[in-house]
Amino acid sequence: MLRKMLGEYMKTEDKTIKGPVVGRIHSIESFGAVDGPGIRYVLFVQGCPLKCLFCHNPDSWCEYEGTLTDSEKIANDIATYKNYIKNGGVTISGGEPLFQPAFVVDILKRCKSMGLHTAVDTSGGVGLVLAKPVIDSADMLLLDIKALDPVLCKELTGKSNENALEILDYCEKIGKPIWIRHVMVPGYTLEKQSLEDLADYLTAFTCIKKIELLPFHKMGEYKWEQLGKEYSLTNTPEPTREEIKMANDIFRQRKLPI
Amino acid sequence: MKFNEGNWNQDVNVRDFIISNYTPYDGDESFLVNPTKRTTQLWEELSASMKVERERGGVYDIDEKNISTIVSHDAGYINKDLEQIVGVQTDEPLKRAIMPFGGIRLVYTELEAYNKEMDPNVANVFKYRKTHNDGVFDAYTDEMKKARHTGIITGLPDAYGRGRIIGDYRRVALYGVDKLIADKQASKKNLVYDIMDSPTIRQREEISEQIRALKELKEMATKYGFDISKPATDTKEAIQWLYFGYLSAIKEQNGAAMSLGRTSTFLDCYAEADLESGKYTEEQIQEFVDHFIMKLRIVRFLRTPSYDELFSGDPTWVTEAIGGMAVDGRHMVTKMSYRFLHTLVNLGPAPEPNLTVLWSTRLPETFKKYCAKISIVTSSIQYENDDLMSAKFGDDYGIACCVSAMKIGKQMQFFGARANLGKALLYAINGGKDERYFEQVGPELAPITTEYLEYDEVMRKFDAICEWLSKLYINTLNIIHYMHDKYCYERIEMALHDVEILRTSACGIAGLSVVVDSLSAIKYAKVKPIRNEQGITVDFEIEGDFPKFGNNDPAVDDIAVEVVKSFMNKLEKHRTYRESKPTMSILTITSNVVYGKKTGSTPDGRKAGEPFAPGANPMHGRDSHGCVASMKSVAKLPYDYSEDGISYTFSIVPGALGKTEDQRAENLVSLMDGYFADNGHHINVNVLDKEVLLDAMDHPELYPQLTIRVSGYAVNFIKLTREQQLDVIHRTFHERFN
Repeated sequence: MLRKMLGEYMKTEDKTIKGPVVGRIHSIESFGAVDGPGIRYVLFVQGCPLKCLFCHNPDSWCEYEGTLTDSEKIANDIATYKNYIKNGGVTISGGEPLFQPAFVVDILKRCKSMGLHTAVDTSGGVGLVLAKPVIDSADMLLLDIKALDPVLCKELTGKSNENALEILDYCEKIGKPIWIRHVMVPGYTLEKQSLEDLADYLTAFTCIKKIELLPFHKMGEYKWEQLGKEYSLTNTPEPTREEIKMANDIFRQRKLPI
Repeated sequence: MKFNEGNWNQDVNVRDFIISNYTPYDGDESFLVNPTKRTTQLWEELSASMKVERERGGVYDIDEKNISTIVSHDAGYINKDLEQIVGVQTDEPLKRAIMPFGGIRLVYTELEAYNKEMDPNVANVFKYRKTHNDGVFDAYTDEMKKARHTGIITGLPDAYGRGRIIGDYRRVALYGVDKLIADKQASKKNLVYDIMDSPTIRQREEISEQIRALKELKEMATKYGFDISKPATDTKEAIQWLYFGYLSAIKEQNGAAMSLGRTSTFLDCYAEADLESGKYTEEQIQEFVDHFIMKLRIVRFLRTPSYDELFSGDPTWVTEAIGGMAVDGRHMVTKMSYRFLHTLVNLGPAPEPNLTVLWSTRLPETFKKYCAKISIVTSSIQYENDDLMSAKFGDDYGIACCVSAMKIGKQMQFFGARANLGKALLYAINGGKDERYFEQVGPELAPITTEYLEYDEVMRKFDAICEWLSKLYINTLNIIHYMHDKYCYERIEMALHDVEILRTSACGIAGLSVVVDSLSAIKYAKVKPIRNEQGITVDFEIEGDFPKFGNNDPAVDDIAVEVVKSFMNKLEKHRTYRESKPTMSILTITSNVVYGKKTGSTPDGRKAGEPFAPGANPMHGRDSHGCVASMKSVAKLPYDYSEDGISYTFSIVPGALGKTEDQRAENLVSLMDGYFADNGHHINVNVLDKEVLLDAMDHPELYPQLTIRVSGYAVNFIKLTREQQLDVIHRTFHERFN
């Protein structure tokens, strides 16, 4: 069954919409102004393979929770917002959108047929073979590189970063526009050396149109408590103004689009 | 001054003058200039006086000896040497006047609240003369008094000026007062019929009063050294003449809302001519505007603490409508539209005048973006849908109070406050008994006795209660406005209207989202009433979840549309005073707090005494799909059934609106284009950090000009009661960060 579904969905060159695909969602934000260009309808899907220490939506991790819906219902809802998002578009975020590829691809195709710009906000925690059709169907990617150092990445997210880097290579190959996102966590990623390493690494990619360095914040801490999960960053401070400037300068000096 | 001629040269027709003479402006804000030294100095002096006003508990001074009329006071100045536009309500700025014809009892309360005594001479006058308030209570029925007492109908203008009438103050500038007097005299001569019945007699008397008021207007201007019998001849005179017209109105009427109208594009005709001839420079013109706006910022009325509880922050609703589209397809944005908004930069943010942009998706993008930028910095602008209103009101309408459109000089309304629909739903459940006083107020229906509320039964009974309520409401308004016309007639404002006008009976509803969510809970979840020993339901238990208004969910939004249509249809059935046309608004201003206080627990889970959402807003915290979903739900409410306006207040933290200033402005423009294309009627825009408000609560002295928009008007945040400050902070702030 899984193989059959996967087979169907792998035929990405097929632009036709097959019929509603079921999926699980976490929530809908009808006004996203910080997740891609312009005003965007942001769909947060449920389920994520990573367990980032700084996650502000830990309630989106478990793939069996959230609300069961289907791609047709979502597309119909999106259609009602066309007046607002015609200069922006739709962003599918999560959770991890690549975790429900068939569902996400079908939504992307439906958005395309409405003439809407689409973006997928991912941390690339899924192998390229599964990710490819999603990438091919979206106009752009917001790719979150949690850490360039695989050891640090594992410590921070529970998984290595090889999938994310592979996705980045693939996007470069096919010329898919990317916005890189990187969360600056003091004590983890907000180190001069690691920021310089990341910046150096990224200079090789022409598909990168923008880099967003996001300061770590603790606004999601209460959710960890509600879920009975232990939050390990309680004592981690939020980055200072100077630290943020320092980080931005590193990327700016390398003429990266920040 | 040479203007293009037209109909306006023969008849009083300001619209024709504007259309024949205005110059649409498509450029950006780069032509705007900084305040002059004089302006800065004058504003500093005035700000110092306003600081004293706050320190004295909100009232600078009261003249309790002179009953205020158009000519009751000598000229007063802020600083005669600096002021380019002159005139204040009494003989000193910020000094408040008494206007007892609405109700002498209210004046007693007001004076007592500020430790002043009633002047024996004033008291003596009212031994012999009745007021509007006396008249109303002579005629009120027991049922009306009860409904007023329990608060199922609240905010009625039965003890003070009704307001919401906009004189066409532009006529003073365009024609001079002599022509206006001659025009009225001619109308009166014409008003002779075979049968002299009450309507004709009343109208003849009213026109005589209007003529008298126009003569007094001239006299008042003379005190300031101006002869306004002839038309204004340049920009400065046009602003001064127009302002004198407005000043005469606020000297005599302390109406709840005293709008200015739609003056900027009219004044721009003069400014363009003066710029072209070289008579005045841009600096001079902006200076006149800044000084004019300063005057509008210090309009003051004497109010009571209980009035403040209802309409907090000392509002006067000096509403000025800016922009919009002309019927011929041109936009009506002029340089003067920019200059008016620019006062928010030159003088800093302020709640008054209530600057209202008439938004059309066809307005020039440069102007849209400028408005958005100013909104983001000042939170002082409200927006209303010109595409929706111009279809009904043409291109020369203004906004009375917050959201009520009316053709200027051709239409007035009988302001009717609002009916509390949240309470009406509880009456339906309790067989017409009040849930707080346990008294029979409404008709004695059989109360609901089932263990769980059943949707069909509740709807049937709610319908019956609304039938009763709408009738009582209209009848109450009929009494109020009959007496207001009789004892507290707005003679100068009506002198600046046509003789034949359209009147509306402007009803309103409060608690829409409470009722709608309650009905949704009853329909989609299980709601169990908790009854006291007398069998009156005093609380509810809800089992399960239900769709909530504000999430773009048709399952509940359709109920909202139905509630609005149904109440409007009921209002229309009843006979109104002076054949006025019933209309309805969904607007609460800050009174959502007081209405909530007067209403028991409701089936949506709201507890007794908790505030309603303001206007047509979804209940705080229940709109979980972001602000566009919330806007979409509100935009579904049908303007055709709520022609007196649908108010929506939108608050967002700057970070959620976009990452850069430019993006924020662009996104705000997109939001408003989307909302208005969806037929949303009105939106208040606040772009503020919650932390700023919290800090302002603790350190008001640091935020003298912090302005926020609440349900149709702007207020100085630090002048709100603490309860209302908390309500504003608890309201949905749309925040989403990365």
